Amino acid sequence: MKRYRPLRNPQEERWQFRLRVKVLGILIVALCTVLLLRLVWLQVVSHQYYHTLAEANRIGIVPIVPNRGLILDRNGVVMAENNSTYTLEITPSQSGDVDTVIDELGSVIAISPTDRKLFHKLMNETHGIAPVAIRSRLTEIEIARFSVNRFRFPGMEIQARLIRNYPLGESASHLVGYIGRITQADEDRLDDNDLSAAYRGTNHIGKQGIEARYEQELHGVTGAEQVETDAGGHGVRSLARTEPMAGNDLFLTIDAPLQRAAEHAFGNFRGALVAIDPTTGEILAFVSLPGFDPNLFVEGIDQGNWDALNNSPDKPLNNRALRGQYPPGSTIKPLMALAALTTGVRSTSFKISDPGYFAFPGSTHHYRDWREHGHGMVDMHLSIIQSCDTYYYSLANDMGIDAMHDFFTLFGFGQKTGIDMDGEALGLYPSPQWKQARFHQDWYGGETVISGIGQGYVLATPLQLAQAMATLANNGVMMRPHLVRAIRERATGVMRTTPLEAVRTLPLRQEDMDFVRDAMVDVLKPGGTAAQAGAGATYAIAGKTGTAQVVGIKQGEKYNEAHTQERNRDHALFVAFAPADKPRIALAVLVENGGHGASVAAPIARQVLDFYLLGKGVKGVKDDGGDDVND
Amino acid sequence: MLTIKALRARLLAPLDPTLFNASALLMAMGLVVLYSATGSDLAKVVSQVRNLGFAFVAMWVIAVIPPHKIQRLVFPVFGVALIALVAVALFGEVSHGARRWLALGPIRIQPSELMKIALPLALAGYFEWRGRDLHWADFLVAGLILLVPVALVARQPDLGTALLIASSGFYVLYFAGLSWRVISGLVLAVLSALPLVWHFLHDYQKKRILTLIDPTQDPLGAGYHTLQSMIALGSGGIFGKGWLQGTQSHLDFLPEHSTDFIFAVFGEEFGLLGELIFLALMGVIIARGFFIATEGSTPFARLLAGSLAMTLFTYTFVNVGMVSGILPVVGVPLPYLSYGGTSLVTLFISIGLLMSVHHHRRLVKQ
Repeated sequence: MKRYRPLRNPQEERWQFRLRVKVLGILIVALCTVLLLRLVWLQVVSHQYYHTLAEANRIGIVPIVPNRGLILDRNGVVMAENNSTYTLEITPSQSGDVDTVIDELGSVIAISPTDRKLFHKLMNETHGIAPVAIRSRLTEIEIARFSVNRFRFPGMEIQARLIRNYPLGESASHLVGYIGRITQADEDRLDDNDLSAAYRGTNHIGKQGIEARYEQELHGVTGAEQVETDAGGHGVRSLARTEPMAGNDLFLTIDAPLQRAAEHAFGNFRGALVAIDPTTGEILAFVSLPGFDPNLFVEGIDQGNWDALNNSPDKPLNNRALRGQYPPGSTIKPLMALAALTTGVRSTSFKISDPGYFAFPGSTHHYRDWREHGHGMVDMHLSIIQSCDTYYYSLANDMGIDAMHDFFTLFGFGQKTGIDMDGEALGLYPSPQWKQARFHQDWYGGETVISGIGQGYVLATPLQLAQAMATLANNGVMMRPHLVRAIRERATGVMRTTPLEAVRTLPLRQEDMDFVRDAMVDVLKPGGTAAQAGAGATYAIAGKTGTAQVVGIKQGEKYNEAHTQERNRDHALFVAFAPADKPRIALAVLVENGGHGASVAAPIARQVLDFYLLGKGVKGVKDDGGDDVND
Repeated sequence: MLTIKALRARLLAPLDPTLFNASALLMAMGLVVLYSATGSDLAKVVSQVRNLGFAFVAMWVIAVIPPHKIQRLVFPVFGVALIALVAVALFGEVSHGARRWLALGPIRIQPSELMKIALPLALAGYFEWRGRDLHWADFLVAGLILLVPVALVARQPDLGTALLIASSGFYVLYFAGLSWRVISGLVLAVLSALPLVWHFLHDYQKKRILTLIDPTQDPLGAGYHTLQSMIALGSGGIFGKGWLQGTQSHLDFLPEHSTDFIFAVFGEEFGLLGELIFLALMGVIIARGFFIATEGSTPFARLLAGSLAMTLFTYTFVNVGMVSGILPVVGVPLPYLSYGGTSLVTLFISIGLLMSVHHHRRLVKQ
């Protein structure tokens, strides 16, 4: 091997360098020759051919847009479909000055400023070659009026088009979501995923909910037709055609009648409800109220409706079930009890004396129980059915925040559930490490104490609460919550069922779970906080009430509902599963500013359970004001 | 008067007339085509002129600095570029399915562009430092210096840019005297590894190569670019359709017509004749670059100039080859014509480096 390449002098070095330059020079000349030959071939030899393609008879590639897949509930009730509708389209190259024409058209059929704006936007996008819709969803009368005046409007055509329709309207609006016109941001995203070509010709894309999450399944495969066109852009003949493939149909896990019943049960209240089949993780109902009409968004929402939705203090566009984060309050007490049994911090028979408050030794600060003078001697069973705060203050203090954090993390607190919908909120179960990282502050014992009753930093989404209940109902096996049950492939007709997925099996003892479940059943029996809601039930319901503070109450002051403004009233919560011995449904109910878990949230849950298990009708709950049971 | 004249002479002296005039002509052509390619959008032309202002200042500043001073900066520059590439890999912005951009406050930079200059600089500096008697191990080390940034860019993934960076680095090794046996060995190895490489390509990369063989296979997708640019060029013929008369680009059939595919607009409107003028001017610049390289006073100067000239050729060839449908579609801007600030500044820095090498060729005595 030649190890050294000694160069004796700069002259030789230069000579070497020049040689190498010359060699590259030869390579460059060779490559340039290839390039020039190619250019000559394109521009001289094949010029006529390409000239024909470009000038006299352009070959247009016309995309054929596939029909979007349907969205159906678990029993085939249609939740999103494609309806045929009539649109009026203008071909700007043939119509003359579009603004004049549209002004004139305005005397025949109604044209809103929004229609006009949308038209100009689309016209700019298509460079005035293709026909652009000025109006969609024409009525019979409008079609007739235009037809009579047709001769006045050259270059205008009525076309039958498919338009997305959500027959259930506001029902399940957050769940199904909606499609809307493709915006620049959507285009960039498609471009990023190398999908621009696949969406050529497609005007709409899923924006929210299932429509957005399952866009790829729903969209289908765009077909293409190679058309020979004349210089004016009119198709002369078709050269080749690839058929489009319609999008796949989605069968949801949702039970549409149950969904509507649950929405109805809320009456005029705002809030959220998530119902899960605990053995499969299938979401049976996914309610966020108030809802909105997704049909408004399909062709571009007008400013008035948008402002109304966006500026409403009720925040109808907010998906509370998925993104709303609330203090879970007393609904977590059964889990706290289970944590105590699992870690051995408490036995079931251990009793505390409840004077109506908890205080650290030597401190005058009182962590108050909801019942002013306390519950007397309280064991674990009583602490659940009476929702004794003092018991859990003391328990939290003995258990410590780290053990609580570990246990609740197992139940999915502070983590995404992994549901098949975008934008899920994380919720929060605090720990000293978290506080240090977030606020650069030390953790205080008092923060542990209030975490014990689900207040303080603890936040959970209704979905997380429902999942925690479902996990308890399913004897500690956490199933992945999901909204799509099966996908029907258009190409083959094959049903692809979503495989059930066990997230994890929690390390819990059966007798501990049985104890907590039995106590939760007694919550809805006489002596329990939700006895009213449980009255007359023909099956056993395991449940727990909860109340989440919206505004803080000062030391020595009492929460007085009558004196609290509606928006500052507490949120009412209720979690449950039933039948308790063989659960088919687990749910979490949150009623914003509902006041009491027992008086507002529990009756909603009871009605939903009755509807699902017994097929009973539902009537909306009313705010029945005062009730002694506060929690 | 005299002092002003002397000052002017001093300021203008580093600007090599051949490079300067050819660049000015090419830039004028570029702006004229850009106006047409953007659909008579003056704003984009103005923005490109502003880019040109920055680029010109960068060129001039670098031309004034003698190579031995530039030499001192090569490793810090390379280090910064490398850190930037690692930063991109860790927290770069994802765009077009790849992690290529780094956001520094309001500025977004593409570190792989910086590396296009930094790598040849670093390698030329390395060989200068190693001195005259190069051991084969020196080439091995140089090869490693080359592979690190190339691997980082390839992982983004941006295989096209990675290959271009690799080639600009390889040219330095080549001019430094990499043995012919190794070169032919590498060529053979690359050829025989092609079937293997195929397995590691991303789907979109495979698609691009497949559509090269038959662009009509996927006329809506990957083949669309090539098919439309071939129609643009072919229909332009020998004399072209005339400025602003290109139907392909103006009817929006042609994608990316102001950046990577601007040569198609140029060819459609100015024909084969216009293309020949453009290529001839590029030829002048490249030839001048090689001439400057052979005149270079130090190995650093020679290696750098030779590599830069060859890189300019590579860009031109790859871009025109892509637009005319003999090379796969890779995101490579065409020097002088493509719209874009980063590529323009990079280009003029290269020209500035060539000017510096030339102007200071006698000032540095060996």
